[in-house]
Amino acid sequence: MTTIQKKPENPIAHLSRQDIEDIGEQLDAIRASVIDSRGEEDAAYIRKVIDAQRSLELASRAVLLASLFPPAWLAGTAGLSVAKILENMEIGHNVMHGQWDWMRDPKIHSTSWEWDNASPAELWKHSHNELHHTYTNVVGKDNDLGYGIMRVDEEQRWMPFYLGQPLWNLINACFFEYGIAAYDLELGKNWSTRKENPEFQRQAAEVLKKIRAQATKDYLVHPVLSGISAPTTLAANLTANLVRNLWTHSVIICGHFPEGVETFEKASIEGETRGDWYVRQMLGAANITGSPFMHLMTGNLSFQIEHHLFPDLPSNRYAEIAPQVRAIFDRYDLRYAEGSLPRQVASAWKKVVRLSLPNNFLKRAASARTPAAAVATVTELFAPAPRVGRGEERQAA
Amino acid sequence: MPTTVLRPGRTSRAPLTALREGAVKLAELVATPLVPADYLDMVSPLRASADLCGRIVEVRRETADAATVVLEPSGAWRGHEPGQYVRIGVDVDGVRLWRAYSLTSPADARDGRIKITVKAIPDGVVSNHLVRHARPGTIVQLDQAQGDFTLRGTAPAKALFVTAGSGITPVMGMLRSHGARLEDVVLVHSAPTPRDVIFGAELRGLASTGRIRLVEQHTDSGGMLDAAGLAELVPDLAERETWACGPAGMLDAIEQHFADHGFPERLHTERFRAAVTVAGDGGTVTFSGASTTVEADGASTLLDVGEAAGVLMPSGCRMGICFGCVAPLREGTVRDLRTGELTTAAPGDDVRIQTCISAAAGACDIDL
Repeated sequence: MTTIQKKPENPIAHLSRQDIEDIGEQLDAIRASVIDSRGEEDAAYIRKVIDAQRSLELASRAVLLASLFPPAWLAGTAGLSVAKILENMEIGHNVMHGQWDWMRDPKIHSTSWEWDNASPAELWKHSHNELHHTYTNVVGKDNDLGYGIMRVDEEQRWMPFYLGQPLWNLINACFFEYGIAAYDLELGKNWSTRKENPEFQRQAAEVLKKIRAQATKDYLVHPVLSGISAPTTLAANLTANLVRNLWTHSVIICGHFPEGVETFEKASIEGETRGDWYVRQMLGAANITGSPFMHLMTGNLSFQIEHHLFPDLPSNRYAEIAPQVRAIFDRYDLRYAEGSLPRQVASAWKKVVRLSLPNNFLKRAASARTPAAAVATVTELFAPAPRVGRGEERQAA
Repeated sequence: MPTTVLRPGRTSRAPLTALREGAVKLAELVATPLVPADYLDMVSPLRASADLCGRIVEVRRETADAATVVLEPSGAWRGHEPGQYVRIGVDVDGVRLWRAYSLTSPADARDGRIKITVKAIPDGVVSNHLVRHARPGTIVQLDQAQGDFTLRGTAPAKALFVTAGSGITPVMGMLRSHGARLEDVVLVHSAPTPRDVIFGAELRGLASTGRIRLVEQHTDSGGMLDAAGLAELVPDLAERETWACGPAGMLDAIEQHFADHGFPERLHTERFRAAVTVAGDGGTVTFSGASTTVEADGASTLLDVGEAAGVLMPSGCRMGICFGCVAPLREGTVRDLRTGELTTAAPGDDVRIQTCISAAAGACDIDL
């Protein structure tokens, strides 16, 4: 993708200033309708999900006490994987967004929630809620665009490091929770100055403490409690964490990386109105189609567009407002990006692979008339470029 | 020798304590990032170690707009003194709202249950919910009993209670607990009609057996009772230790009377409503714990401002009585909406203020 401002056919060029403000008002009306009707049923929903998740986790861990017995291993691992996914997605992510703060229940509140993930809630809330949701898809501002280790937009300048990005993406998927923790710490940016940065040291200590507690639980205490089944329980917990990591990574890359999602230039958000912000969110996210169970397992991030428009509305209401949101897209001739999970995952991966090479590299290599020209094109990849850190490079993009 | 008797006990207790602490530690390791209580709450919310809460056992209608809610408190409940109130957190349409209500059950109820009696007030979200929609089995949040509108361990030879409307509720708690100890009791109670008298049948029963002298003032037909009328009804007023609970106008008049006649120490009052008289100046309010900053006008309480901004505000009676809403003011100035009085905190002062009757009077920083 190319930032919307540099596209030959800007998909919002046909919108007048009035259109943009009207879109904002219509979306505000949808938001108000949900807030006005928020109530007992919604509260009962999240409590039911939390109870079900905790019951499933307890039951799965109990079954895993006998994980030496293969059917118990399978059932327990499957149950624990689902429990961890629910905990991270439908519960943790959404509670920490403040979607349930209106209940004023201190036990289900964004300020008190801690999740089953390596990244401490406090750190994650800052990088996710404040940075990513504010600067969504603004190249150079939104670090979620490639997480600082990948190039997912033509306008992020290419460097040889990105040749490895299909591998980086795979590694990140497998260890996603640690990737998130490193990302929330802005490890790449902060590492070289870590000794003079007390705030970073404090946050890093929090992360290590959280990782220690998480690892002790999954890789020491529960296996030891399983007695003779210790090795198989350890394997089960490793597997559940891996499944959770792969699943959440897949859902997350479907949110902003598939083809059809737009990115924006840094300068374009100066003086942005509420209507502008809404339009950016409308075009900067993609939905995943699927069954109600699929939506639940994605934490309703399958309604990524609705989530980005209204990050703090209760997740159980996204499905209900999606048709109303879509009607606005249709009315203003905007593209509502969506696709099935396999399609969107494939699209995101394709982009990761394509952009591991410089823009139009394959085209240029293929059109080289002589072998020497082809070699020259390839050699270009490794030509010494002015040395800039990846952080600076993104700033410059 | 006591020491030799104690020693075996001590040695056997120490490993037990260690074992217990070890088990707790293990449970914490197992449950992280949650705490073991999160799982225990699923099966045993009323256990002694749980956060104080209660289960509604019964909702008993008292009058057309009042009901008694019978609660089974959790193990952490420490009991109450008659006349005290309890803060109760109820989920109304999914939102947890806190209010304070007087306890009307005797202090030593054998079944351990407690009662609050609630009168539905117009537009009262919680009172209407409790009177009309509360269902047995529901778990509600509780706080320990509080308040000094009690007999304070004394049993005066002559007692007078002056109440109006739901002002009877703390007094009913006292009569039910101390009825036998109080030998000479006069109760002057105001309500619009005989049918609006909460606990009407029980009070009239006490009166018919001679346990109390009951004067009912039915204000729809007989008008409001003033201090002179009270003195007329109770000729030995000066000799009576008096407890009064009701609307501000009534309490002001009685306070004035007791002060004018030189025995203000005889009077104990509980105010149900605080008059809001002045406005602050408004300002930028920072809730530092929640990292939230909002602009507040001078007429809105900090409690309302915080709740509107999504801050998890502690609250109770919302009228300056129960102190359930108290929070540290880290820095800045606030105005008491009842008196106009200013409270200022310099950094490090952490002055505790009641957010439900305080408004911003300039920039202020609340530690919530």
